Amino acid sequence: MTLLHWAVLSPFIAAILIPFLYKYLKRIHTGWFVLILPLVLFIYFLSFIPRTSSGEAILNNLDWVPSLGINFNVYVDGLSLLFALLITGIGALVVLYSIYYLSKRKEKLNNFYVYLLMFMGAMLGVVLSDNLIVIYVFWEVTSIASSLLISYWYTREKSIYGAQKSMYITVFGGLSMLAGFSLLYVIAGTFSIRELIANADIVMASGLFIPAMILVLLGAFTKSAQFPFHIWLPDAMEAPTPVSAYLHSATMVKAGIYLVARLTGVFGGAPEWFWIITIAGLVTLTWGSISAVRQKDLKGILAFSTISQLGLIMSLLGTGSAAFYFQDGDNALYMTAILAAVFHLINHATFKGSLFMAAGIVDHETGTRDIRKLGGLMTIMPITATISLIGLASMAGLPPFNGFLSKEMFLTGMLNVTEYGIFHLETFGFIIPIIAWIASVFTFLYCILMFSKTFMGKFDSSKLKVQHVHEAPIGMLISPIILAVLVVVFGLFPNLLAYSIIEPAMAAIAPGILSPGEFFDVHITHWHGFLAPELWMTIGVVVLGVILFMTFKKWENTAFYRGERDLFNYAYDYGYDGLVKGSQWLTRIQMTGRLRDYFIYMCTFIILIMAYTMYRYNLPAIQSLDLSPVPIYVWFVIAVFIGSVIVIPFINNRVALIIATSVSGFIVALLFVLFRAPDLALTQLLIETVSVILFMLVFYHLPKLKKVKTPPKLKAVKLIISIGFGLMITLGSLSAFSLGQEANYSSISEYYTENAKEEAGGYNIVNVILVDFRGLDTMLEVLVVALAVLTVVSLIRLRFKGSEDV
Amino acid sequence: METLVTILAGVLVTVATYLLLSKSLIRVIIGTAILTHAAHLLIMVLAELKTGTVPIVGEGDPVDPLPQALILTSIVIGFAVTAVSLVLAYRTYQEIGTDKLDELRGEPDE
Repeated sequence: MTLLHWAVLSPFIAAILIPFLYKYLKRIHTGWFVLILPLVLFIYFLSFIPRTSSGEAILNNLDWVPSLGINFNVYVDGLSLLFALLITGIGALVVLYSIYYLSKRKEKLNNFYVYLLMFMGAMLGVVLSDNLIVIYVFWEVTSIASSLLISYWYTREKSIYGAQKSMYITVFGGLSMLAGFSLLYVIAGTFSIRELIANADIVMASGLFIPAMILVLLGAFTKSAQFPFHIWLPDAMEAPTPVSAYLHSATMVKAGIYLVARLTGVFGGAPEWFWIITIAGLVTLTWGSISAVRQKDLKGILAFSTISQLGLIMSLLGTGSAAFYFQDGDNALYMTAILAAVFHLINHATFKGSLFMAAGIVDHETGTRDIRKLGGLMTIMPITATISLIGLASMAGLPPFNGFLSKEMFLTGMLNVTEYGIFHLETFGFIIPIIAWIASVFTFLYCILMFSKTFMGKFDSSKLKVQHVHEAPIGMLISPIILAVLVVVFGLFPNLLAYSIIEPAMAAIAPGILSPGEFFDVHITHWHGFLAPELWMTIGVVVLGVILFMTFKKWENTAFYRGERDLFNYAYDYGYDGLVKGSQWLTRIQMTGRLRDYFIYMCTFIILIMAYTMYRYNLPAIQSLDLSPVPIYVWFVIAVFIGSVIVIPFINNRVALIIATSVSGFIVALLFVLFRAPDLALTQLLIETVSVILFMLVFYHLPKLKKVKTPPKLKAVKLIISIGFGLMITLGSLSAFSLGQEANYSSISEYYTENAKEEAGGYNIVNVILVDFRGLDTMLEVLVVALAVLTVVSLIRLRFKGSEDV
Repeated sequence: METLVTILAGVLVTVATYLLLSKSLIRVIIGTAILTHAAHLLIMVLAELKTGTVPIVGEGDPVDPLPQALILTSIVIGFAVTAVSLVLAYRTYQEIGTDKLDELRGEPDE
């Protein structure tokens, strides 16, 4: 256990302590204690920057299940560090914000901070682990913590719905991912990501490459809310706003991005990887931005914009993976995409965090998040309005904020795609920048809509529940202000992070492309010149966005704008209901509660499986059996036997039924005599006699047998099944008999016959077997009889009435 | 003779199955009893019904004694089971007032 291991596990340890702090230090808001941890961790992770920026990576080993290749190895390189800083940094800000957002008196703070710390630890585990199984374990903990946080107000039906939905979808993805990881283990024989990257050529050449890739991507796409798995994210907005800001914008939804970035070294360079990720990203980007325009809820807009921005980052990672095809790091053509992805990842975390917090403030101070009720808050809440303006301008991609830079780089990256000349890009490549541009227009549109609807226009307090709307307390504003300041700072001085954070992260995403000692060229510029197409694309976005906003009145009442719910929710809801109803229906039709039906299932199954086996192996193979001769009187006995048995189902008189049954029993005894089994004959005679007495005793107390009218259809089914069953048993026995003769093994009974006298001192071989050679059988059989006796006695003697007989 | 007895056992199984599928509890119990007979005969058959003397030392060449021991055990167990099910049927009728399996169905849970 090194300090780094403790750093990953520290949130879990803190989570254990929270309930005690909450219980015994009621006067102080529990959040203040929690705040210390992410702050300390953030500073601790900052101390890694000098080492990672010089291209060094830190690996600390810790054995967990070494026999299975599962080890808790923590690995810090540029990418892990970037995420760790995001998690702890934004974590600290979110905790600070939550202290003012959640009331000490009304809320169950112990639950909140336990879940939040659990999440933070799990997230650190995901980004810092080197072992795939350990990543999976932490991955699922983030799913669980996320669901717990979404259902934090568990008395609300919508919270539960959102939590369940996110749980089902992300756990589905998590399990697929586990399968993908297992396939990777099958291919390469290791769970270590570094070793997998070192053996990327083996993975690439394997036939399991595509299944492993798709399964892993399912995990990444469900977690990162990629199309069509994005539907859980808008419903996760039922969580308290600090949670939405932290989990559902800055950290957890980026776990999928992290996984894709991390495994680019393993899968990158394959056309399938390129196309799946690029297309998924672009579709998510477009769908998210179009859906965001339709939302009326502030957090709904932000949720879909998160989906859209995640799609943007994903598509950049997809196009950037072509670097592995060329194995060339100097070419800015495709490295721009990876650079843009990393830069936008940071930018999105800053502006989306601040926007969520601003939306939370609006909600907190006015009591609603519905943009149809809000308006004119600019003069009432100037600070919140400024924060929102900065965040939205950055998100829309306007200068001088950081979103502008990453959006420009995004467009550059998408334009570069057309020049790759691989993976059929020469034919289809031109579509990619067009889609990206359309999505940018909608992004711009929902950003203006959100700002104008919330902060501009007329203030109408009659629509609001809260009477005296005012600016939020300063404590609540600190975190969004810090984030907004970062938005501006990163926008004005983008190269601040270039070689300390971004370059090491790029090097970690694209390992093995650079020769040792080399660095990627990271220089982010504001101005590309008038001839750069990106500039004209941005101008086009602004112009078209403004036009669409100006004509807002015209399309305000269209079905497109009025509808809010994502279409894919219907698929989920119907699918879920269908699954429940379908399984209920399936249970209902087969679990009838009728004994006869279950007998029919069993017999049918046995018949089918025996028939198939015999057909498959050409049985019954009855050849040249060595049969014993049939004495003439046996024919007679058997004829009587068959006659007595066959009439049984037709008898409706109780006494006649008993007689027919006992006749068959006595004939069995007779057959035993004929087969030279005196002990059997004796026992059978005795027992048959006792059975007849028993039957007589019981029948006296039973109702008269009535002639049962069976529907002819059922009668036919019964007949077919019983004849089929009898036939199968006959054929099976004949086959077994003939196979036994074919094998020609001698019976072990020769030993008994020869040694009954010498070893056991008895003449009757059967009895010697029963009490000497195989005495255990007899002992337990005696036990069976004893138990039967006890059962019969207790059945007759013990009587409970009414509620007692449960 | 083995073929003949096997076919006889098959007939017994057919009748027993037919009885197991009927509505009345008593017929089901009788069905199980007949199924037991069929099983015993099959054990006998599969060890070959060669002519020989009874399995007693000094009588000459005896038939196979092992299946006889197995059947003897089985007869006793079969009897115990039949006795218990008969008493159970009797008690069921006393308490619930029917021996029709259709009427003994539980209420569906959902």
